[in-house]
Formats: sequence, C-alpha cells, structure tokens
Amino acid sequence: MNKLIFEIGKIGHQGLSLPASDVPEQEMSIPGNYIRAEAAQLPEVSEPELIRHYTVLSQKNFCVDTHYYPLGSCTMKYNPRINEDMARLSGFTSLHPLSKFNQGALQLIYELEQDLKEIFGFDAFTLQPAAGAHGELVSLMMVKAYFQSRNEKRKTVLVPQSAHGTNPASASMCGFQVIEIASQEDGTIDLVDLKSKLNTDIAAVMITNPNTLGLFEKNIMEVAEWVHNVGGILYGDGANSNALLGKARPGDLGFDLMHVNLHKTFSTPHGGGGPGSGPVGVKKQFIPFLPRPIVLKKESGYEFDFDRPQSIGKIKGFYGNFGVLIRALAYIRASGPDGLKWVTEQAVLSANYLKEKLKNYWELPYSQPCMHEFVLSGEKLERETGIKTLDVAKRLLDYGFHAPTVYFPMTVKECLMIEPTETENRETLDAFAQAMIKIYQESHENPDLVKNAPHNTPVSRFDEVKAARNPILKYSPINESQPRE
Amino acid sequence: MNPDDLKFSKSHEWVKLEGNVAIIGISDYAQHELNDIVFVELPEIGKQISAGGEFGVLESVKTASDLYSPVSGEVLEVNSELENSPDLVNKEPYGKGWIVKLQLSNPSELDSLLNHTDYQNLLKG
Repeated sequence: MNKLIFEIGKIGHQGLSLPASDVPEQEMSIPGNYIRAEAAQLPEVSEPELIRHYTVLSQKNFCVDTHYYPLGSCTMKYNPRINEDMARLSGFTSLHPLSKFNQGALQLIYELEQDLKEIFGFDAFTLQPAAGAHGELVSLMMVKAYFQSRNEKRKTVLVPQSAHGTNPASASMCGFQVIEIASQEDGTIDLVDLKSKLNTDIAAVMITNPNTLGLFEKNIMEVAEWVHNVGGILYGDGANSNALLGKARPGDLGFDLMHVNLHKTFSTPHGGGGPGSGPVGVKKQFIPFLPRPIVLKKESGYEFDFDRPQSIGKIKGFYGNFGVLIRALAYIRASGPDGLKWVTEQAVLSANYLKEKLKNYWELPYSQPCMHEFVLSGEKLERETGIKTLDVAKRLLDYGFHAPTVYFPMTVKECLMIEPTETENRETLDAFAQAMIKIYQESHENPDLVKNAPHNTPVSRFDEVKAARNPILKYSPINESQPRE
Repeated sequence: MNPDDLKFSKSHEWVKLEGNVAIIGISDYAQHELNDIVFVELPEIGKQISAGGEFGVLESVKTASDLYSPVSGEVLEVNSELENSPDLVNKEPYGKGWIVKLQLSNPSELDSLLNHTDYQNLLKG
C-alpha cells in the first residue's frame, strides 16, 4: 500500500516560497472563539513529493482510459478528448458565474436544452440537477408543486420492483409513500398488479425504460394512458437512455417528466471522475415549476429569468455543473443525429452479441433480445463450484477487465449485469467473453484460484466486511516520532 | 433455539412464542442470502408494529433489506448487542442473533405462519 500524504514529507518541507509581505500587518477583529488554537496538521511536502505521490496513485486507477469497463447501468463509454478540448477553452474556464460577460455560456445552456428537447421529446429542460438521483428528486419536487397548485393531495408513488434504489429513496425524500409494482416472469412490469394499484391517490409512477434488466417495456404507451386516466404523472428514469437515441423519444411515449444522465449517455466523465449532471425534461404543464433561473433567448441576447413565482426554487449552486454541460454539447454536436442513432444501434448490438457468447456458460434468466445491457445469473455456478459472482468479479480484474455490476437488480440471484457500450470494438468484446469463459472453467478446475482473486492487482482482495463493520474514517498518526507543532 | 419450535413467514423471519411475547429474528436461509451483515437498524421500544409492517433494516456488504414483522404488537425489547456485533445474525440466527421482542396483540396471526418443514419446502420451491 502507498503511504498517505500525511505520512510522507517532513516538517518544513514546502512546495513554494512566498516573498516577504510588503503590506503592514493589521490587527484582525476575529472573535477569539473563531481563532484556531493550534495550527492545522496539514501535510508538509515539497512540490516533487506532492506530484509523485498523486501521479503514482493515479497510475493505479482502474478506469475507462486504461481498461474495458462493462459496468451495467452505468454506461461507462469512452469519453472523447474533443469534449475536454472544448471544456478547456479559456472563454469558459476564465468565466466567473456572476460575470456579466456571459453570453457564450448562456448560449451553451440554451442550445444544450434545445438539443435535449429534440432528442427526448420534451417541451423544456433544466440543466441544474447535479446527478441522476438529484434529477429524480427535482422531478418529484415539481410533481408535488404541480399537485399543490391544483389543491390536490396525492400521497403515493408507484415504483417497479426492479427499479434503481434511488427511485423509492427520492420519492420518500419528497414525503411520498412508496408502493412497489411486481415484475412478471419475463422481467417486465406486471400490468395486472400495476392496474390494481392505480387510483386517484397516485401522484406519480416512476418507470425506467428500458428497465434495469435491459428489457424494453413494450406496453409503455398503454401504461401512460392508464396513469393519466387517474390523473397521475408518468416519470421516466433516463438511466438507460443509451438504448433510445434517435429511435424512441420518451416524451412521445407518454412520459411527463424525465431525467437523463449526461455522464452516462453523453460521454462526460464519471466513476470518481465526475461530477455528474442529471438534466430534467418536462412537458408544458410543468414549465412554471422548473428550478430558477431559466435562460431566455431575446433579440437583445440571452438572459437569465429569475422571476418565476411558481418555481420550486434553486436546487444547485449557480446553474448546475457547467463544465459537464460543455462536454455533453460537444459530444452531441460531434456525433450529430446520425451519430447518436449509431450509438444506440451499436450499444444494443454489442449487448446482444455478448449475451449470445456467454449464455451457454451462465444462466440467462430473460432470453428475449435485450437492449443496451443484459443480466446473467451465477446461481448455477455457485451451486456447482462454490464460486460466487463476487469472486468472478474479482478474477476479471486479473484479466484486465473491470467487473460488470454485481448483485443488482436484486430480483436475479448472483446477478451479473453487463453493459458493453458502443465504444468497444469486436476484438475487445471477444477478449472479455473469453476471459469470462476462462473464469467459468477455472471455477470448476481450480476454484481456489478464483476464490482468492485478484492476484495481479496492486492490492489483493479487501476485507469489505471489516471495512463496513469497523470503518476508519479519520487519519490518526501511527508514528509519533515526527511530532507536529 | 431449535428451528423446529419456530414459526416462519414467507419473507424469511421467524417467531418464537414465550407466553404473550413474540421473539423475532431472520432464518438461516435469509442470513446466508444476505451475506455478512454489517449493520442492524432496530426499532424504538414502545413502537406499535402491525403484521407485515417494517420494523427495521439489515445492511450487508451485498444489500440493504427491510425487516417485516410476521405478527402485530408493541416493541418490548430490542437486541442491543447487535449494534456492536451485527455478525451475531449470521452466526446464530436462531439464538443470540434474535432481533426484537414484541408484546403480541393478536395471537391468532401465528396460525397463518409456516412451521419449519413447510418453510423448508417453500425454499425448495
């Protein structure tokens, strides 16, 4: 293991030296109880020590720039460098969010909203939410404000069994009661169960389409009609939008609000490299409730509109994670409409290709054609060899692949959820399938090899149970031979 | 405790009746499915719980899972040892890993629960 930054360096090591101050010292009028009694114990390192420390750590990163990363539900596509070039334009990087010289930035916000409206079929978008779950929360806050404006008190939100855990959490945060919709044999929503739970107490139904099993909910338009018939709102979790670009527009399918993840579908960095961005698209009736400010295009130029009396308010510092918005617009414009359509076609093709390659080794609980991702079950493998899905995930690291998502959705036992994405070529997909098949064989022939994996990584398997039961969240000096003043 | 003396719910909790007090825990199958349990959220003493209602949460390295009470009643006691040793649920699901004791308000609810043999048949599917 590497030393912590606190454990390297020495008292007095410095990264820079400042000239003597030529400003006379002033008496500060800070009340005594706000003044720190002892100096903060900050690390003291020289500039080369600092650079080497973080460079060495960064080289241990297992990321999409170094390895294939088929993490289901996360859309770990390659992040094109053109995005970075655009985000580094000095006109953007030097701009203060309160500067009045903001026309370029406002135009960028406005145009990205226009593009997202066209791609997803909504009447307006807010780009402020900082992540997918934040987009869910913001959407439900708008649902709540919408019903309040109509003097309707609806208390319940329906969420399918296979939904991301953030769906019920967001609804609960907004004060709604959550009721689960069952899944049927083929992995899609149980329509009979859904229909029996619909009534005038339902504020919203939250649906992910394609769902978390990578299956398209074919009856979505019928579902939308039923939900609207009881006066409810159909909310879309856009986590899986990589399967829809240029093929289907959720706004046309009957969704009233929906969040999309720029950091998944539109190739902005995530997985520790974020930040994220979870814009929300809405139909006309929700426009008054959008977070403020919104950007207006006028003859005199672009301007912020803060005068929004029915708005749910501000939900993020300034206007969202602006640097991410630049990257997403760069990706959309570099791809163009045909390019985005290709993204979806290739993502779906890649998922079905890998599914067919692996289905003779792992169980395939849902055999219909999948969308951009699919799930396998490792239940049989565990029964036959004692090797759990977690062991398979760790062993994949030895072969130079990041693991798929494991143990989600919880409706599938020993679940592996694989999302190849469109950015990998056939050779990479073949190599991944080969590694999976090799691990399947190793599990039968030499299970200990798999059980004790990984062997080729900088650190071997972590004791996750100990870390969860006795987390050490604060640095405390072990070696007191270098007391700090 | 001998699992043959317990009643089981379909959501994998067990009940042991002592007079009018119901001791509740989770089954061996459930602890195995959850994997290593790292945190147990216990209800407050005095809380009224209805049959099928949530009374706590188990968190494992794999997932977080709600606990559903097989019977209705008032919380008399919680197993506070689980706060420091959640692994007791894994090690002794039918013993030191018990979770709550309820003052039973509707003993007839026990009739609809499964005995150990029926529960095991349910698991075999």
